[in-house]
Amino acid sequence: MSELELSIGPQHPGSGHFRLIVHVDGDIIVRATPDPGYVHRGIEKQAEYREYLQNIPLLERPVISDSNGSVYGYVLAVEKLAGVEIPQRAQYIRVMMAELNRIMSHLYWLAIYGIFLGHSTMFMWPFGDREVLIDLAQRVMGTRLTYSFFVPGGVRTDLPDGFKDDALRAITFLESRLPEYDAIFINNPLFTQRTKGVGVLRSEDAIRLGVVGPTLRGSGINADVRKDEPYDAYDQMDFDIPSFQEGDCYSRSLVRIEEIKQSTRIIRQILEAIPSGPFRAKQPALLKPPKGSVYSRVEAARGTYAYFITSKGAKAPYRLKISSPSFRNLPAFPFLMKGSHLADMPTIYWSLDYWPLEADR
Amino acid sequence: MLAFPEPLMDALRVLIFPGLGFSLMFVLFMVWYERKLLAKVQVRVGPLYAGRFEGILQPIADFIKLLLKEIIVPRQADRLLFLLAPTMMMGLSVSLLALIPLSPSFAITDSSVGVLIALALLSLSPLAIVIAAWASNNKFSLIGGLRALHQMTSYAIPLSFSILGVVIMAGSLSLVSIVESQRNTWFVLLQPIGAVVFFLATLAELERVPFDIPEAETEIVMGWETEYSGINYGIIMTAAYVKFYALAVIFTELFLGGWLGPAPIPPPLWTIIKTFLVVTLMMIPRGVYPRLRIDQMFKLGWTWLLPLSLVNIAVVLVEVEVLG
Repeated sequence: MSELELSIGPQHPGSGHFRLIVHVDGDIIVRATPDPGYVHRGIEKQAEYREYLQNIPLLERPVISDSNGSVYGYVLAVEKLAGVEIPQRAQYIRVMMAELNRIMSHLYWLAIYGIFLGHSTMFMWPFGDREVLIDLAQRVMGTRLTYSFFVPGGVRTDLPDGFKDDALRAITFLESRLPEYDAIFINNPLFTQRTKGVGVLRSEDAIRLGVVGPTLRGSGINADVRKDEPYDAYDQMDFDIPSFQEGDCYSRSLVRIEEIKQSTRIIRQILEAIPSGPFRAKQPALLKPPKGSVYSRVEAARGTYAYFITSKGAKAPYRLKISSPSFRNLPAFPFLMKGSHLADMPTIYWSLDYWPLEADR
Repeated sequence: MLAFPEPLMDALRVLIFPGLGFSLMFVLFMVWYERKLLAKVQVRVGPLYAGRFEGILQPIADFIKLLLKEIIVPRQADRLLFLLAPTMMMGLSVSLLALIPLSPSFAITDSSVGVLIALALLSLSPLAIVIAAWASNNKFSLIGGLRALHQMTSYAIPLSFSILGVVIMAGSLSLVSIVESQRNTWFVLLQPIGAVVFFLATLAELERVPFDIPEAETEIVMGWETEYSGINYGIIMTAAYVKFYALAVIFTELFLGGWLGPAPIPPPLWTIIKTFLVVTLMMIPRGVYPRLRIDQMFKLGWTWLLPLSLVNIAVVLVEVEVLG
């Protein structure tokens, strides 16, 4: 038996800001050791030196593809700490924007999955279609990716005039594109060959390794914070949590495709039922929450995104801890890659939707 | 035809038409055409600015850019073999051009064993790739080179066997007489299985999608091409596209009746038109399919294409018996 050590990353077209030390015997991976930390920016420490409001742009930096999802938990935690009541309209807008971001993040994932499997058309299509949603988001939130839109007490601005029509048009366009993705990629015989039965994570292993998000739901466990502990307006929404039993790369892909459909469902409901009223609770700009600790979690695009904040009554948090879904999915890497083909390495890698910046923080 | 002395005519055939000059022009056009075609599939624009028409000069601009770049040889590489390998690939590809007539009067050679020589040249190319991979002294290059070796050797067999059907039916190994024997019916109608096997084996031989396993970029960077840059990379790519063109012409002449076609269009033009269609057909998978895994590629080659090519030979033998 002769082993070859391959260092996949951090400068490798298929690695991202991340290194995977892979030992192969022929074409079979003997063991894979993840080596994260290349983009550690000390965001948790930096957050201790900024005011509560100033932390919002900082905390969405780890996940720019899903910036609302990453900052949502923080905003909820601060509100819990300061005891702010959130107006109904603000809750609805937040849920809608979080779901919009989830769709964008999943489209991004789909595009990169295409390029990871050598399917260049799948790389281009979702990126082009994502642009429609980015334009929509820009109309509401002002920027393309890093919105800083959620603030403690509500959202930064109200919806623009004529937003409902624009949103409906964008969502309808997206729904018309989803069957085409299925036709060229998801139902492509070569795609199913490459992903079915590859990287199987059974439900007991998923629980043991502590994975979250679509990875967990792809293993047949129906767990989602939006249903389990509804926050904001999620308890008034009618949507399903998709989960698939097989636990392979294919079922993880189906979970994300299905989640896009569920998110469009939620957005449609909100556009119909959004109440009028203030979009933000009245409160001082310089927040000084009372002493105490608070934990809050939300379901971001990649899974459970949790914050733990301790306040000593100052204008900046005393301690801020992030539990990010990518980091929690990291233990699945060595487990899933052991014994698989080298060619399955990118398939498994991206089926977990691993985002190095989010894991390193 | 103009009456030049025969040595001059030979020189013109080798250098201008149908030899080097025309082929390289066609290859440059193919590069542009592939990019445009793929862009259309992917709802993009593709090359746009170089040249008056839709960026048609983009391949030339790219080639000039590659020419101007520094030639980088990795410190630990075997310098001589590293620099020799691209030239070797180019030599093997260009030699194929001598064997493919565009019509009886526009033929550089009409060897009585032309198909056999073409197969021999094709089966030499893994050697050049393994040399390049080994000389690069890079783990990813080595893996890519070995993948290419496995892929090409296992697909060379169905490739040769699918040609065997044509050879049996035409009773000759010369491409000119193979085309002439299709005067009544094109071989693609008589042996469709053989045509499909040849088509797929050609895709594998050319490392095109879905068989681009040796250069799977998310696994092994660029496979055996990883360390090549500048004009060395340009030569490798040109060699690959010349081989692509040559194999498309060979497919046209084995199965699609080469230069046979109605009168107003001259015979060489018929070959070119049909080749263009074959080239398009071979480019389309790139917009539609993801990459196969190496074990799936083996499975397809050994358990489907090889038996199918044998079935094709049996069918051909029966047809020859029955039709005479």
